[in-house]
Amino acid sequence: MQPEVTYTADEMMTVSAARALRDGMTCFVGIGLPSAAANLARATHAPGLVLIYESGTIGAKPSQLPLSIGDGMLAETADAVVSVPEIFNYWLQPGRIDVGFLGAAQIDKFGNINTTAIGGDYRNPKVRLPGAGGAPEIAASCREVIVVVRQGSRSFVEQVDFITSVGYGSGPGERERLGLTGTGPQKIITDLGVLEPDPRTLEFTMTGLYPGVSASVAKERTGWDLAIATEPEIIAAPTPTELAALRRFQGTRSRSHQ
Amino acid sequence: MAEIVSLAEAVERAIHDGDAVAMEGFTHLIPFAAGHEVIRQRRRNLTLIRMTPDLIYDQLIGAGCVRKLIFSWGGNPGVGSLHRFRDAVEHSWPAALELEEHSHAGMANRYVAGASGLPFAVLRGYNGTGLETLSGALGSAPTIKPITCPFTGETLTAVSAIRPDVAVIHAQRADRSGNVQLWGITGVQKEAVLASQRSVVTVEEIVDELDPRPGAVVLPAWTVSYVAPVAGGAHPSYALGYSVRDNDYYVSWDAIGRDREAFTGWLDEHVYSVAGQL
Repeated sequence: MQPEVTYTADEMMTVSAARALRDGMTCFVGIGLPSAAANLARATHAPGLVLIYESGTIGAKPSQLPLSIGDGMLAETADAVVSVPEIFNYWLQPGRIDVGFLGAAQIDKFGNINTTAIGGDYRNPKVRLPGAGGAPEIAASCREVIVVVRQGSRSFVEQVDFITSVGYGSGPGERERLGLTGTGPQKIITDLGVLEPDPRTLEFTMTGLYPGVSASVAKERTGWDLAIATEPEIIAAPTPTELAALRRFQGTRSRSHQ
Repeated sequence: MAEIVSLAEAVERAIHDGDAVAMEGFTHLIPFAAGHEVIRQRRRNLTLIRMTPDLIYDQLIGAGCVRKLIFSWGGNPGVGSLHRFRDAVEHSWPAALELEEHSHAGMANRYVAGASGLPFAVLRGYNGTGLETLSGALGSAPTIKPITCPFTGETLTAVSAIRPDVAVIHAQRADRSGNVQLWGITGVQKEAVLASQRSVVTVEEIVDELDPRPGAVVLPAWTVSYVAPVAGGAHPSYALGYSVRDNDYYVSWDAIGRDREAFTGWLDEHVYSVAGQL
Protein backbone atom coordinates (compact mmCIF):
# COMPACT_ATOMS: atom_id res chain seq x y z
CA MET A 1 0.00 0.00 0.00
CA GLN A 2 1.19 3.47 -0.89
CA PRO A 3 1.06 5.88 2.07
CA GLU A 4 -1.62 8.49 1.45
CA VAL A 5 -0.18 11.75 0.19
CA THR A 6 -1.89 14.90 1.42
CA TYR A 7 -1.68 18.12 -0.54
CA THR A 8 -3.50 21.43 -0.96
CA ALA A 9 -5.61 22.50 -3.94
CA ASP A 10 -2.96 25.07 -4.85
CA GLU A 11 -0.26 22.41 -4.82
CA MET A 12 -2.37 20.21 -7.09
CA MET A 13 -2.87 23.15 -9.46
CA THR A 14 0.83 23.98 -9.60
CA VAL A 15 1.78 20.34 -10.17
CA SER A 16 -0.85 20.01 -12.89
CA ALA A 17 0.42 23.18 -14.59
CA ALA A 18 4.02 21.93 -14.40
CA ARG A 19 3.01 18.68 -16.13
CA ALA A 20 1.65 20.67 -19.08
CA LEU A 21 5.20 21.78 -19.93
CA ARG A 22 7.32 19.37 -21.96
CA ASP A 23 11.07 18.98 -21.77
CA GLY A 24 12.93 21.12 -24.26
CA MET A 25 10.14 23.65 -24.73
CA THR A 26 10.78 27.36 -24.64
CA CYS A 27 8.45 28.98 -22.13
CA PHE A 28 7.69 32.67 -21.60
CA VAL A 29 6.92 32.77 -17.89
CA GLY A 30 4.47 35.16 -16.23
CA ILE A 31 4.90 36.13 -12.59
CA GLY A 32 3.16 34.37 -9.69
CA LEU A 33 1.60 30.93 -10.09
CA PRO A 34 3.02 30.34 -13.60
CA SER A 35 6.57 30.94 -12.36
CA ALA A 36 6.20 28.40 -9.56
CA ALA A 37 4.85 25.78 -11.98
CA ALA A 38 7.49 26.41 -14.64
CA ASN A 39 10.28 26.10 -12.10
CA LEU A 40 8.73 22.90 -10.76
CA ALA A 41 8.64 21.44 -14.27
CA ARG A 42 12.32 22.26 -14.77
CA ALA A 43 13.19 20.68 -11.41
CA THR A 44 11.29 17.45 -12.20
CA HIS A 45 10.38 16.05 -15.63
CA ALA A 46 11.60 18.88 -17.88
CA PRO A 47 15.23 19.75 -17.01
CA GLY A 48 15.71 21.15 -20.51
CA LEU A 49 12.80 23.59 -20.26
CA VAL A 50 13.97 27.05 -21.32
CA LEU A 51 12.57 29.67 -18.96
CA ILE A 52 12.24 33.15 -20.43
CA TYR A 53 11.21 36.09 -18.24
CA GLU A 54 10.08 39.45 -19.58
CA SER A 55 12.89 41.14 -17.68
CA GLY A 56 15.09 39.87 -20.53
CA THR A 57 16.52 36.73 -18.95
CA ILE A 58 16.60 33.84 -21.43
CA GLY A 59 17.27 30.33 -20.16
CA ALA A 60 17.19 31.31 -16.48
CA LYS A 61 17.96 28.44 -14.08
CA PRO A 62 17.02 29.71 -10.63
CA SER A 63 17.66 27.34 -7.73
CA GLN A 64 14.88 28.98 -5.72
CA LEU A 65 11.69 30.76 -6.72
CA PRO A 66 12.50 34.32 -7.77
CA LEU A 67 10.81 37.00 -5.65
CA SER A 68 10.18 39.01 -8.78
CA ILE A 69 11.17 39.05 -12.43
CA GLY A 70 13.98 41.44 -11.49
CA ASP A 71 15.71 38.89 -9.27
CA GLY A 72 19.46 38.93 -9.82
CA MET A 73 19.43 35.12 -9.68
CA LEU A 74 17.60 35.08 -13.02
CA ALA A 75 20.28 37.22 -14.68
CA GLU A 76 23.16 35.32 -13.10
CA THR A 77 21.90 31.89 -14.23
CA ALA A 78 20.58 32.87 -17.68
CA ASP A 79 22.04 31.80 -21.02
CA ALA A 80 21.55 35.37 -22.21
CA VAL A 81 20.35 38.62 -20.68
CA VAL A 82 18.85 41.09 -23.14
CA SER A 83 17.14 44.46 -22.85
CA VAL A 84 13.39 44.76 -22.47
CA PRO A 85 12.81 46.11 -26.01
CA GLU A 86 14.83 43.18 -27.32
CA ILE A 87 12.97 40.48 -25.36
CA PHE A 88 9.67 41.66 -26.81
CA ASN A 89 10.81 42.56 -30.34
CA TYR A 90 13.36 39.90 -31.23
CA TRP A 91 12.27 36.99 -29.07
CA LEU A 92 8.53 37.14 -28.42
CA GLN A 93 7.11 38.97 -31.46
CA PRO A 94 8.40 36.66 -34.26
CA GLY A 95 6.74 33.61 -32.68
CA ARG A 96 9.95 31.91 -31.52
CA ILE A 97 8.53 30.90 -28.14
CA ASP A 98 6.60 27.63 -27.76
CA VAL A 99 4.40 28.43 -24.81
CA GLY A 100 3.25 31.49 -22.92
CA PHE A 101 2.44 30.73 -19.32
CA LEU A 102 0.07 33.33 -17.90
CA GLY A 103 -1.97 34.16 -14.81
CA ALA A 104 -5.28 36.05 -14.78
CA ALA A 105 -7.54 38.01 -12.44
CA GLN A 106 -10.64 37.39 -14.55
CA ILE A 107 -11.08 35.06 -17.52
CA ASP A 108 -14.06 34.31 -19.75
CA LYS A 109 -15.39 31.32 -21.62
CA PHE A 110 -13.31 32.20 -24.68
CA GLY A 111 -10.12 32.48 -22.64
CA ASN A 112 -9.89 36.26 -22.85
CA ILE A 113 -7.96 37.63 -19.85
CA ASN A 114 -8.62 40.73 -17.78
CA THR A 115 -5.85 42.12 -15.58
CA THR A 116 -6.89 45.77 -15.96
CA ALA A 117 -10.02 46.67 -13.98
CA ILE A 118 -13.12 45.01 -12.56
CA GLY A 119 -16.57 46.54 -12.11
CA GLY A 120 -17.79 50.08 -12.76
CA ASP A 121 -16.32 51.64 -15.87
CA TYR A 122 -12.69 52.07 -16.85
CA ARG A 123 -12.41 55.54 -15.31
CA ASN A 124 -14.21 54.58 -12.10
CA PRO A 125 -13.55 50.90 -11.58
CA LYS A 126 -14.57 48.98 -8.50
CA VAL A 127 -11.18 47.29 -8.41
CA ARG A 128 -8.16 48.60 -10.24
CA LEU A 129 -5.81 45.75 -11.18
CA PRO A 130 -2.10 46.08 -12.11
CA GLY A 131 -2.64 46.22 -15.88
CA ALA A 132 -1.31 44.44 -18.94
CA GLY A 133 2.40 43.91 -18.41
CA GLY A 134 3.72 41.61 -21.09
CA ALA A 135 0.57 39.51 -21.34
CA PRO A 136 -1.19 40.94 -24.44
CA GLU A 137 1.71 40.12 -26.75
CA ILE A 138 2.51 36.86 -24.96
CA ALA A 139 -1.10 35.82 -25.55
CA ALA A 140 -0.90 36.95 -29.18
CA SER A 141 2.49 35.63 -30.26
CA CYS A 142 3.49 32.47 -28.37
CA ARG A 143 2.75 29.29 -30.32
CA GLU A 144 0.37 28.28 -27.54
CA VAL A 145 -0.79 29.72 -24.24
CA ILE A 146 -1.52 28.07 -20.91
CA VAL A 147 -3.33 30.02 -18.20
CA VAL A 148 -2.97 29.16 -14.52
CA VAL A 149 -5.69 30.66 -12.32
CA ARG A 150 -7.85 29.71 -9.32
CA GLN A 151 -11.42 28.92 -10.35
CA GLY A 152 -14.28 30.98 -8.88
CA SER A 153 -17.67 32.19 -10.04
CA ARG A 154 -16.52 35.82 -9.92
CA SER A 155 -13.25 35.28 -11.75
CA PHE A 156 -14.62 32.81 -14.36
CA VAL A 157 -17.15 34.96 -16.16
CA GLU A 158 -19.29 34.89 -19.29
CA GLN A 159 -17.47 37.96 -20.60
CA VAL A 160 -14.52 39.78 -19.05
CA ASP A 161 -15.05 43.43 -18.00
CA PHE A 162 -11.98 44.45 -20.01
CA ILE A 163 -10.02 42.47 -22.59
CA THR A 164 -6.39 42.94 -21.57
CA SER A 165 -5.14 39.87 -23.46
CA VAL A 166 -7.04 38.13 -26.22
CA GLY A 167 -7.89 34.43 -26.03
CA TYR A 168 -10.36 33.54 -28.77
CA GLY A 169 -12.07 36.96 -28.72
CA SER A 170 -15.75 36.39 -29.42
CA GLY A 171 -15.25 32.91 -30.86
CA PRO A 172 -14.09 30.94 -33.91
CA GLY A 173 -12.24 32.90 -36.59
CA GLU A 174 -11.53 35.94 -34.46
CA ARG A 175 -7.82 35.32 -33.83
CA GLU A 176 -7.28 34.92 -37.58
CA ARG A 177 -9.29 38.09 -38.27
CA LEU A 178 -7.18 40.01 -35.74
CA GLY A 179 -3.97 38.67 -37.24
CA LEU A 180 -2.78 37.03 -34.01
CA THR A 181 -0.02 34.63 -34.94
CA GLY A 182 -0.14 32.11 -32.07
CA THR A 183 -2.81 29.44 -31.67
CA GLY A 184 -4.22 30.94 -28.47
CA PRO A 185 -4.99 29.41 -25.08
CA GLN A 186 -4.88 25.61 -25.16
CA LYS A 187 -5.47 24.99 -21.45
CA ILE A 188 -6.75 26.77 -18.38
CA ILE A 189 -5.36 25.03 -15.33
CA THR A 190 -7.19 25.73 -12.08
CA ASP A 191 -7.38 24.50 -8.51
CA LEU A 192 -10.24 22.18 -9.57
CA GLY A 193 -8.94 20.72 -12.81
CA VAL A 194 -8.21 21.54 -16.43
CA LEU A 195 -10.33 23.31 -19.05
CA GLU A 196 -9.71 23.02 -22.79
CA PRO A 197 -11.38 24.77 -25.71
CA ASP A 198 -14.15 22.86 -27.45
CA PRO A 199 -12.72 22.17 -30.94
CA ARG A 200 -15.85 23.51 -32.64
CA THR A 201 -17.06 26.45 -30.50
CA LEU A 202 -13.72 27.28 -28.77
CA GLU A 203 -15.67 27.65 -25.53
CA PHE A 204 -13.67 26.37 -22.55
CA THR A 205 -14.91 23.04 -21.32
CA MET A 206 -13.89 21.13 -18.19
CA THR A 207 -11.97 18.16 -19.55
CA GLY A 208 -10.10 17.10 -16.42
CA LEU A 209 -10.85 17.07 -12.70
CA TYR A 210 -8.57 16.47 -9.74
CA PRO A 211 -9.24 13.53 -7.44
CA GLY A 212 -12.24 14.26 -5.22
CA VAL A 213 -13.48 17.26 -7.25
CA SER A 214 -17.03 16.82 -8.55
CA ALA A 215 -18.47 18.21 -11.76
CA SER A 216 -21.10 20.06 -9.74
CA VAL A 217 -18.46 21.94 -7.73
CA ALA A 218 -16.74 22.91 -10.97
CA LYS A 219 -20.05 24.23 -12.31
CA GLU A 220 -20.75 26.15 -9.08
CA ARG A 221 -17.38 27.82 -9.26
CA THR A 222 -17.82 29.01 -12.84
CA GLY A 223 -19.72 32.15 -13.82
CA TRP A 224 -20.84 30.78 -17.20
CA ASP A 225 -22.86 27.67 -17.96
CA LEU A 226 -19.85 25.38 -17.89
CA ALA A 227 -19.84 22.34 -20.14
CA ILE A 228 -18.15 19.26 -18.68
CA ALA A 229 -16.66 16.55 -20.87
CA THR A 230 -18.73 13.36 -20.94
CA GLU A 231 -15.90 11.48 -19.34
CA PRO A 232 -13.57 14.01 -17.76
CA GLU A 233 -10.07 12.74 -17.13
CA ILE A 234 -9.35 12.19 -13.45
CA ILE A 235 -5.97 13.84 -13.11
CA ALA A 236 -3.46 11.94 -10.98
CA ALA A 237 -2.66 13.33 -7.54
CA PRO A 238 0.80 14.84 -7.07
CA THR A 239 3.52 12.24 -6.67
CA PRO A 240 5.76 12.40 -3.60
CA THR A 241 8.59 13.52 -5.90
CA GLU A 242 6.55 16.38 -7.34
CA LEU A 243 5.37 17.51 -3.91
CA ALA A 244 8.84 17.35 -2.41
CA ALA A 245 10.27 19.44 -5.26
CA LEU A 246 7.45 21.98 -5.02
CA ARG A 247 7.74 22.31 -1.25
CA ARG A 248 11.48 22.70 -1.49
CA PHE A 249 10.87 25.67 -3.83
CA GLN A 250 8.09 27.17 -1.71
CA GLY A 251 10.22 26.80 1.39
CA THR A 252 13.03 28.80 -0.14
CA ARG A 253 10.79 31.74 -0.95
CA SER A 254 10.40 33.95 2.10
CA ARG A 255 6.93 35.21 1.30
CA SER A 256 4.95 35.96 -1.74
CA HIS A 257 1.42 35.53 -2.83
CA GLN A 258 -0.64 35.05 -5.99
CA MET B 1 28.19 66.60 -20.39
CA ALA B 2 27.46 64.96 -17.06
CA GLU B 3 27.98 67.01 -13.92
CA ILE B 4 28.65 65.14 -10.71
CA VAL B 5 26.47 66.76 -8.06
CA SER B 6 24.48 65.88 -4.95
CA LEU B 7 21.14 64.16 -5.40
CA ALA B 8 19.29 67.19 -3.99
CA GLU B 9 20.99 69.47 -6.51
CA ALA B 10 20.38 67.07 -9.40
CA VAL B 11 16.66 66.86 -8.64
CA GLU B 12 16.39 70.59 -8.06
CA ARG B 13 18.03 71.42 -11.35
CA ALA B 14 16.59 68.67 -13.55
CA ILE B 15 13.00 68.14 -12.40
CA HIS B 16 10.41 70.89 -12.38
CA ASP B 17 6.70 71.04 -11.60
CA GLY B 18 4.67 69.76 -14.53
CA ASP B 19 7.52 67.75 -16.07
CA ALA B 20 7.11 64.34 -17.69
CA VAL B 21 9.51 62.14 -15.73
CA ALA B 22 10.50 58.53 -16.45
CA MET B 23 12.05 56.82 -13.43
CA GLU B 24 12.95 53.49 -14.97
CA GLY B 25 14.24 50.19 -13.63
CA PHE B 26 12.63 46.90 -14.61
CA THR B 27 12.23 45.66 -11.01
CA HIS B 28 16.06 45.92 -10.68
CA LEU B 29 18.02 49.15 -10.03
CA ILE B 30 14.92 51.16 -9.15
CA PRO B 31 15.81 54.78 -8.32
CA PHE B 32 14.12 54.93 -4.90
CA ALA B 33 16.39 57.56 -3.34
CA ALA B 34 15.82 59.91 -6.27
CA GLY B 35 12.06 59.37 -6.02
CA HIS B 36 12.13 60.25 -2.33
CA GLU B 37 14.09 63.41 -3.11
CA VAL B 38 11.36 64.41 -5.60
CA ILE B 39 8.76 63.94 -2.83
CA ARG B 40 10.92 65.96 -0.38
CA GLN B 41 11.23 68.80 -2.87
CA ARG B 42 7.43 68.67 -3.23
CA ARG B 43 7.25 68.58 -7.00
CA ARG B 44 3.67 68.78 -8.29
CA ASN B 45 1.66 67.97 -11.44
CA LEU B 46 4.21 65.49 -12.71
CA THR B 47 3.45 63.09 -15.51
CA LEU B 48 5.17 59.92 -14.39
CA ILE B 49 6.19 57.37 -17.00
CA ARG B 50 7.33 53.84 -16.28
CA MET B 51 6.75 50.32 -17.56
CA THR B 52 6.52 48.80 -14.07
CA PRO B 53 5.45 51.41 -11.53
CA ASP B 54 5.93 49.85 -8.14
CA LEU B 55 6.43 51.12 -4.59
CA ILE B 56 8.29 54.33 -5.45
CA TYR B 57 5.50 55.43 -7.79
CA ASP B 58 2.92 54.40 -5.16
CA GLN B 59 4.74 56.73 -2.76
CA LEU B 60 4.95 59.60 -5.27
CA ILE B 61 1.25 59.22 -6.15
CA GLY B 62 0.20 59.10 -2.48
CA ALA B 63 2.36 62.15 -1.73
CA GLY B 64 0.40 64.17 -4.29
CA CYS B 65 3.23 64.72 -6.79
CA VAL B 66 1.49 63.12 -9.77
CA ARG B 67 -1.19 64.23 -12.21
CA LYS B 68 -0.86 61.54 -14.84
CA LEU B 69 0.64 58.05 -15.07
CA ILE B 70 1.84 56.45 -18.31
CA PHE B 71 2.53 52.78 -17.64
CA SER B 72 2.06 49.11 -18.47
CA TRP B 73 2.03 47.25 -15.12
CA GLY B 74 1.46 48.78 -11.70
CA GLY B 75 1.83 46.43 -8.74
CA ASN B 76 3.88 45.38 -5.74
CA PRO B 77 5.97 42.66 -7.44
CA GLY B 78 5.47 39.28 -5.80
CA VAL B 79 3.20 40.79 -3.13
CA GLY B 80 0.02 42.29 -4.61
CA SER B 81 -1.60 45.65 -5.27
CA LEU B 82 -0.32 49.20 -5.06
CA HIS B 83 -2.88 50.67 -2.68
CA ARG B 84 -1.95 54.36 -3.08
CA PHE B 85 -2.24 53.93 -6.87
CA ARG B 86 -5.58 52.15 -6.42
CA ASP B 87 -6.85 54.79 -4.00
CA ALA B 88 -6.00 57.50 -6.54
CA VAL B 89 -7.76 55.65 -9.38
CA GLU B 90 -10.72 54.32 -7.37
CA HIS B 91 -11.30 57.32 -5.02
CA SER B 92 -9.24 60.23 -6.43
CA TRP B 93 -7.15 60.42 -3.22
CA PRO B 94 -5.15 62.58 -2.75
CA ALA B 95 -6.06 63.70 -6.28
CA ALA B 96 -7.49 62.23 -9.44
CA LEU B 97 -4.94 60.34 -11.53
CA GLU B 98 -5.12 60.35 -15.30
CA LEU B 99 -3.98 57.08 -16.86
CA GLU B 100 -2.37 56.30 -20.19
CA GLU B 101 -2.10 52.58 -20.35
CA HIS B 102 -0.07 50.27 -22.56
CA SER B 103 1.40 46.80 -22.74
CA HIS B 104 5.08 46.22 -21.99
CA ALA B 105 5.82 45.64 -25.69
CA GLY B 106 4.09 48.91 -26.55
CA MET B 107 5.89 50.91 -23.86
CA ALA B 108 9.27 49.42 -24.76
CA ASN B 109 8.74 50.36 -28.39
CA ARG B 110 7.58 53.86 -27.48
CA TYR B 111 10.90 54.38 -25.67
CA VAL B 112 12.80 52.95 -28.64
CA ALA B 113 11.06 55.47 -30.91
CA GLY B 114 11.92 58.28 -28.49
CA ALA B 115 15.56 57.20 -28.30
CA SER B 116 15.70 56.86 -32.10
CA GLY B 117 14.34 60.33 -32.74
CA LEU B 118 11.31 58.88 -34.53
CA PRO B 119 7.70 59.95 -33.94
CA PHE B 120 6.44 56.38 -33.62
CA ALA B 121 7.40 52.71 -33.53
CA VAL B 122 5.80 49.71 -35.21
CA LEU B 123 4.94 46.37 -33.65
CA ARG B 124 2.51 43.50 -33.79
CA GLY B 125 0.41 44.20 -30.77
CA TYR B 126 -2.80 45.31 -29.09
CA ASN B 127 -5.10 43.79 -31.73
CA GLY B 128 -8.44 42.97 -30.15
CA THR B 129 -7.54 44.37 -26.73
CA GLY B 130 -9.37 46.98 -24.68
CA LEU B 131 -6.12 48.99 -24.59
CA GLU B 132 -6.42 49.63 -28.32
CA THR B 133 -10.05 50.72 -27.88
CA LEU B 134 -9.14 53.05 -24.99
CA SER B 135 -6.43 54.90 -26.87
CA GLY B 136 -7.78 58.37 -27.64
CA ALA B 137 -11.26 57.45 -26.35
CA LEU B 138 -11.25 59.46 -23.12
CA GLY B 139 -10.43 62.88 -24.46
CA SER B 140 -6.67 62.37 -24.61
CA ALA B 141 -4.59 62.10 -27.77
CA PRO B 142 -4.42 58.57 -29.19
CA THR B 143 -1.10 56.75 -28.72
CA ILE B 144 -2.00 53.48 -30.52
CA LYS B 145 -3.11 53.39 -34.17
CA PRO B 146 -3.16 50.87 -36.99
CA ILE B 147 -0.59 51.38 -39.74
CA THR B 148 -0.25 49.73 -43.14
CA CYS B 149 3.12 48.29 -44.11
CA PRO B 150 4.19 50.15 -47.31
CA PHE B 151 5.87 46.98 -48.64
CA THR B 152 3.45 44.15 -47.87
CA GLY B 153 0.17 45.93 -47.19
CA GLU B 154 -0.07 44.17 -43.83
CA THR B 155 -1.80 46.06 -41.03
CA LEU B 156 0.43 46.55 -38.02
CA THR B 157 0.26 48.72 -34.92
CA ALA B 158 1.95 52.09 -34.48
CA VAL B 159 2.64 53.52 -31.03
CA SER B 160 3.66 57.14 -30.47
CA ALA B 161 7.15 57.95 -29.18
CA ILE B 162 7.77 58.74 -25.53
CA ARG B 163 9.95 61.84 -25.11
CA PRO B 164 10.18 62.52 -21.37
CA ASP B 165 11.53 65.80 -20.05
CA VAL B 166 13.66 63.86 -17.60
CA ALA B 167 14.82 60.26 -17.18
CA VAL B 168 15.88 59.11 -13.72
CA ILE B 169 17.76 55.84 -13.29
CA HIS B 170 20.02 54.12 -10.77
CA ALA B 171 23.24 52.46 -11.98
CA GLN B 172 26.00 50.51 -10.31
CA ARG B 173 28.87 52.85 -11.16
CA ALA B 174 30.13 55.97 -12.85
CA ASP B 175 33.66 57.19 -13.39
CA ARG B 176 34.92 60.64 -12.45
CA SER B 177 34.04 61.99 -15.91
CA GLY B 178 30.42 60.90 -15.48
CA ASN B 179 30.40 57.88 -17.79
CA VAL B 180 27.76 55.50 -16.39
CA GLN B 181 27.84 51.70 -16.28
CA LEU B 182 25.01 49.34 -15.33
CA TRP B 183 24.66 45.58 -15.69
CA GLY B 184 22.43 42.61 -14.92
CA ILE B 185 18.81 43.23 -15.87
CA THR B 186 19.16 46.54 -17.68
CA GLY B 187 15.52 46.87 -18.73
CA VAL B 188 14.73 49.94 -20.76
CA GLN B 189 17.04 52.39 -18.99
CA LYS B 190 19.28 53.15 -21.97
CA GLU B 191 16.28 53.94 -24.15
CA ALA B 192 14.69 56.07 -21.40
CA VAL B 193 17.84 58.18 -20.97
CA LEU B 194 18.36 58.61 -24.73
CA ALA B 195 14.68 59.49 -25.25
CA SER B 196 14.74 62.23 -22.61
CA GLN B 197 15.77 65.88 -22.73
CA ARG B 198 17.60 65.61 -19.39
CA SER B 199 18.68 62.80 -17.11
CA VAL B 200 19.59 62.12 -13.51
CA VAL B 201 21.62 59.00 -12.71
CA THR B 202 22.26 57.94 -9.13
CA VAL B 203 25.12 55.45 -8.72
CA GLU B 204 26.29 53.07 -6.03
CA GLU B 205 29.82 54.40 -6.34
CA ILE B 206 32.12 56.58 -8.38
CA VAL B 207 35.29 54.82 -9.47
CA ASP B 208 38.53 55.79 -11.19
CA GLU B 209 38.02 53.41 -14.06
CA LEU B 210 35.05 51.43 -15.43
CA ASP B 211 36.53 48.00 -16.07
CA PRO B 212 34.34 45.98 -18.46
CA ARG B 213 31.46 43.90 -17.08
CA PRO B 214 29.62 41.21 -19.09
CA GLY B 215 26.51 42.56 -20.73
CA ALA B 216 26.96 46.02 -19.30
CA VAL B 217 25.26 49.09 -20.70
CA VAL B 218 27.50 52.14 -20.81
CA LEU B 219 26.02 55.60 -21.12
CA PRO B 220 28.78 58.00 -22.15
CA ALA B 221 29.04 61.13 -20.02
CA TRP B 222 27.84 63.32 -22.87
CA THR B 223 24.43 61.56 -22.88
CA VAL B 224 23.81 62.19 -19.15
CA SER B 225 22.97 65.49 -17.40
CA TYR B 226 23.64 64.76 -13.73
CA VAL B 227 25.33 61.94 -11.85
CA ALA B 228 24.80 61.74 -8.09
CA PRO B 229 26.58 59.19 -5.89
CA VAL B 230 23.95 57.53 -3.66
CA ALA B 231 25.09 54.21 -2.18
CA GLY B 232 21.99 52.09 -1.58
CA GLY B 233 19.97 54.42 -3.82
CA ALA B 234 17.97 51.48 -5.19
CA HIS B 235 16.99 50.14 -1.76
CA PRO B 236 14.69 48.22 -1.24
CA SER B 237 15.06 46.92 -4.83
CA TYR B 238 18.02 44.95 -6.15
CA ALA B 239 21.35 46.39 -7.24
CA LEU B 240 23.19 43.41 -8.73
CA GLY B 241 26.67 43.10 -7.25
CA TYR B 242 25.81 45.47 -4.39
CA SER B 243 22.57 44.46 -2.66
CA VAL B 244 19.60 42.13 -2.94
CA ARG B 245 15.94 42.97 -2.62
CA ASP B 246 14.80 43.85 0.91
CA ASN B 247 11.74 41.67 0.68
CA ASP B 248 10.44 42.58 4.15
CA TYR B 249 10.09 46.16 2.94
CA TYR B 250 7.95 45.06 -0.03
CA VAL B 251 5.80 42.84 2.17
CA SER B 252 5.34 45.46 4.90
CA TRP B 253 4.49 48.11 2.29
CA ASP B 254 1.21 46.31 1.70
CA ALA B 255 -0.16 47.35 5.12
CA ILE B 256 1.36 50.85 5.07
CA GLY B 257 0.09 51.58 1.57
CA ARG B 258 -3.38 50.26 2.37
CA ASP B 259 -4.10 52.92 5.01
CA ARG B 260 -4.06 56.69 4.33
CA GLU B 261 -3.01 57.54 7.89
CA ALA B 262 -0.31 54.90 8.06
CA PHE B 263 0.95 56.17 4.73
CA THR B 264 1.12 59.85 5.69
CA GLY B 265 2.83 58.87 8.95
CA TRP B 266 5.33 56.85 6.95
CA LEU B 267 5.97 59.80 4.61
CA ASP B 268 6.68 62.13 7.54
CA GLU B 269 8.99 59.71 9.25
CA HIS B 270 10.84 58.21 6.29
CA VAL B 271 10.88 60.95 3.65
CA TYR B 272 10.08 64.49 4.87
CA SER B 273 12.06 64.29 8.11
CA VAL B 274 15.07 62.74 6.41
CA ALA B 275 17.57 65.33 5.24
CA GLY B 276 18.20 65.32 1.50
CA GLN B 277 21.54 63.81 0.51
CA LEU B 278 23.81 66.78 0.02
